[in-house]
Amino acid sequence: MRSLVRNRVVRRVAGTVGTLFGVAVFVFVMLRAIPGNQITANLGTEAAALTPAQQQALERYYGLDQPLVTQFFSWLGNMFTGNFGYSARAQQSVLDLTLQSLPVTFELAVFSIVLALLIGVPLGMLAASRTNSARDAAGQVVSLAGLSIPAFLLATTLLSVFAASFGFNPNGQGFVSLFEDPLLNLQQMFMPSLVLGFGIAAPILRTTRTAVLEVRSNDFVRTARAKGVPERRLQVRHVLGNALVPIVTMTGLQFGYLLGGAVVVEQIFSVPGIGRQVLLGIQQKEYAVVQSTVLVIALAFVIVNLLTDVLYRIIDPRVRAS
Amino acid sequence: MPRGALSAVGIAAALSLALTSCSSSSGSAPSTAGSAQGGGTLVVGVTSDPDTLFPWKATQFTAVNVLQNLYGTLTEFDKDLNVVPGLAESWQAAEDGKKLTFKLRQGVTFADGSAFDSADVKASLEKIMDEKTAAVAAASLSSVESVEAPDPNTVVLELSGPDAALPANLATVNMAMLSSDDTEEELNAKPNGTGPFTLGKRVANQSITLTRNDKYWNDKAKAATVEFRVIPDESSIVSAMQSGNVQLAVFNDPLVAQTAQGGTVNVAKTPQLNYHVLQLNARRGDLKDVNVRLAMQCAIDRKQVLDTAALGEGEVVGPITAPAYKSDPNKRPCPTRDLAKAADYLAKAGKSGGVTVKTIVSQGEYATSVNEAQNLKAQLAEAKINLDLEVLESGAFVDRWVAADFDAAVALNGGRPEPDGSYARYFTSDGNLNKVAGYSSPELDELFAEGRATTDQAARKAIYDKVAAHLEDNAAWIWLFSGYTYTATAANVQGFVPMASGSLQYLRTTSVG
Repeated sequence: MRSLVRNRVVRRVAGTVGTLFGVAVFVFVMLRAIPGNQITANLGTEAAALTPAQQQALERYYGLDQPLVTQFFSWLGNMFTGNFGYSARAQQSVLDLTLQSLPVTFELAVFSIVLALLIGVPLGMLAASRTNSARDAAGQVVSLAGLSIPAFLLATTLLSVFAASFGFNPNGQGFVSLFEDPLLNLQQMFMPSLVLGFGIAAPILRTTRTAVLEVRSNDFVRTARAKGVPERRLQVRHVLGNALVPIVTMTGLQFGYLLGGAVVVEQIFSVPGIGRQVLLGIQQKEYAVVQSTVLVIALAFVIVNLLTDVLYRIIDPRVRAS
Repeated sequence: MPRGALSAVGIAAALSLALTSCSSSSGSAPSTAGSAQGGGTLVVGVTSDPDTLFPWKATQFTAVNVLQNLYGTLTEFDKDLNVVPGLAESWQAAEDGKKLTFKLRQGVTFADGSAFDSADVKASLEKIMDEKTAAVAAASLSSVESVEAPDPNTVVLELSGPDAALPANLATVNMAMLSSDDTEEELNAKPNGTGPFTLGKRVANQSITLTRNDKYWNDKAKAATVEFRVIPDESSIVSAMQSGNVQLAVFNDPLVAQTAQGGTVNVAKTPQLNYHVLQLNARRGDLKDVNVRLAMQCAIDRKQVLDTAALGEGEVVGPITAPAYKSDPNKRPCPTRDLAKAADYLAKAGKSGGVTVKTIVSQGEYATSVNEAQNLKAQLAEAKINLDLEVLESGAFVDRWVAADFDAAVALNGGRPEPDGSYARYFTSDGNLNKVAGYSSPELDELFAEGRATTDQAARKAIYDKVAAHLEDNAAWIWLFSGYTYTATAANVQGFVPMASGSLQYLRTTSVG
């Protein structure tokens, strides 16, 4: 039994390392497949005016004169020593940049998920409480709206309506972290979380509705009702409690995606998260920035998946028993 | 376990309730913008962080404008783009034009307190000319053979021949004067210039704040600090201005400018030096024949392109957009669209059946590109000229443009106050962008040489009129129109002077009331 566990752990760790290596190779290759390099990204069409000697000097400066294999392994090797690379544009190490942007994205992801759960779970339960009724239809409309209204549209509309009509635009003030100014930070996170949360609420709502309907048809629910368990307690403790596994799966998945950075929402609300860091890296062709950040995101995704698995064991005794 | 699950849900619900109540209560709180910014801080909204803080390599809008306020140049442009003294108080060309002597301003210091003198000028110019530095303005010093510093206040440039364009070419931030002790690495981390501001604080990807330089040699800046705040989306900058968080921003997209106008925000438009053009590569395929190029030129109604793609916001222009040398757009083979004439030209070229021109278009580089391309395609199709459009992501566009791998390119090119600086690099046979321009001729080489050797303004204007006429008569490219730069300012901003070059150098005279 012990060795089995150890084997499972070993297998999981090996799988994770393999996945991360795959991501590293993929990002490295894809980045170089994009036309242009840091020289043309910086100089634009002015790069056409460079003499061959100037071109060489710049290639040396940006490390583009090294063979690709050398570039790959020196970057990967440096990652192990904690050197994630350096952003000449930001004049900061990628590690420092990531340490600034990852908590911002994490905070945004947590708030978005919380809002999504607050919208999705109650509405899902409400919709399931009487299928094909008006409340079910209302739930479907909300979920359809969440799925089909693009984030950029909702974000821009919210921002311009609040700014133009009420002069309320905390995101225009320059970003502050939760520790610097909690009140302003929460204001700045409100609209982006709402936009993201509304989008994520849709799949959560649908999953909740389906799962609740499925659990309700089980014998134990009828038994509990027959035993006289009050309806409210029945719905929350017995039905929702047993419907949590698919909801947690869906939430975990969405959380993982959010950690990859919500690029569009971060752009519109000027939130300096990890999505913007990757986007700027791609725009400027700062290879080290993109490669290292994407690896961090991949690692975060793996960790969230792992935590989701652990959560199954907590909420579902059957998983624990197996 | 149900109990565990319940408590998890309970905690999540409580947390979220707390957060939303917190957010909504704070959401309705009045904006703290006014109090946070204080009287003397001007906030400028920009869409990106500077991509470098090294002035000799800066080409991006934010980088150029931040650095222009940190560094000084030997000469400067005034608001009408005339060349005026900067770090050099005066300059004098020798009789034969082969020597240019600069008298430097005294008492100027760098941000670190060290004195500015001729050794810094000599070191700066020599490093810019050194190919290893990879300075973008190196070619502008091609006529300079040596730099001498006979005394701390004098610099003498020995030239290979007369170069009337040199004083104007020295006025860009790519020719910034650096302290001879500084290196690129040091300056990227900590700029050290002689400009009206010094670097205050930088938060990567978020903002860069400049502080007034109280030792500046000229009139001190009005604002105590200027913050360039990064708001990546232009519409979000508009929202930030409407809510009073940002006081100044520059837009190029007429649609965005339209949404900004109103309420407490004022939008002023300034004609740009930059010009929209259909670049032709006269060294490829059917375009080698001047008649095909002229047929294209006659088949295009430029006003229609301007109206369709840019809401009519701009003016139809000829090659030279600099105010002092401006070309007359009516002096071209077909000032108005003439399809019959286009057909004649095609017939002369033996291509009455039509031609196909592979055209690259950038998506995302600037707002109007794809619309321009589509209108051009529709118009040219009526003259049996098929523009085969290839819409490219901006990186891919730059790659193809740099390699001159196109028959035609829809482009927005940077204009300069000095026509030699604008076009000699494109249209002289040894110009560093001649490969991309795709056209040169001995006549043009002579005209540009003559322009450089002539100092009299009226005589120079006549020469560059001839340059423009030659370019149009040979349809080297098809010049379309120039748009506007839109400067949006809050009601409490005074003293900012927008420039045709798009420069924000007048931030120094801007105050926030």
